[in-house]
Amino acid sequence: MIRVQREDFDAGVELDRLAEGDHGIGGVASFVGLVRDKGGAEGVSALVLEHYPGMTEKKLAEIEAEANRRWPLSASLIIHRYGRLEPGDRIVLVATASPHREAALAACHFLIDWLKTDAPFWKSEETPEGERWVAPRAEDDDATRRWVKE
Amino acid sequence: MKLLYFAWLRARIGQAEEELALPAEVRDVAGLLEWLRRRGGGYAEALRDLSVVRVAVNHDYVGPDHPIRDGDEVALFPPVTGG
Repeated sequence: MIRVQREDFDAGVELDRLAEGDHGIGGVASFVGLVRDKGGAEGVSALVLEHYPGMTEKKLAEIEAEANRRWPLSASLIIHRYGRLEPGDRIVLVATASPHREAALAACHFLIDWLKTDAPFWKSEETPEGERWVAPRAEDDDATRRWVKE
Repeated sequence: MKLLYFAWLRARIGQAEEELALPAEVRDVAGLLEWLRRRGGGYAEALRDLSVVRVAVNHDYVGPDHPIRDGDEVALFPPVTGG
């Protein structure tokens, strides 16, 4: 399931709901991404996340479908927020449920790596001088490439 | 054709979206980018370095050879930074 929303989410509630009613599930893996405080020296007070409505949902659904092709998942969930977020705020939740932990953990890792390089979101930082767009990290591309089958 | 701009491309071009009749000489993504760049001003500035510009047509990532048709939704944006 895909949700793109401005509002916060309760990770505990979401994880409980994901496994609810399916007693074949042996484990739920999750990743919660937070707005990181870079130490304050750069004067960043908040992040603003922009996205491309329509394409975002399509790309997230494709990524989720790919995870389901690769691993035997019983359920999966991606929640990604947009709008203004402050240090410590939750940005993203990825959760996967499977009869066995290997599939759940691997699929969760795959989803967050792939999402970072494929889903059309952009972060800008609020600074005293105005907005500053966050540059992509080469490490993120490397992380995604790990999952590309030779 | 609908053109959408995101993140710093939107800021430099000065608008989030515009409707455009497809120019006769524009056949593919590369041609569209070149045509937009020739409009000058914010377009020329935003599209100066195409290595940091990504293009999606109808919600899918495409390369420079991808054909453009009237009625397409074309989005221009920098490399993504979500998650």
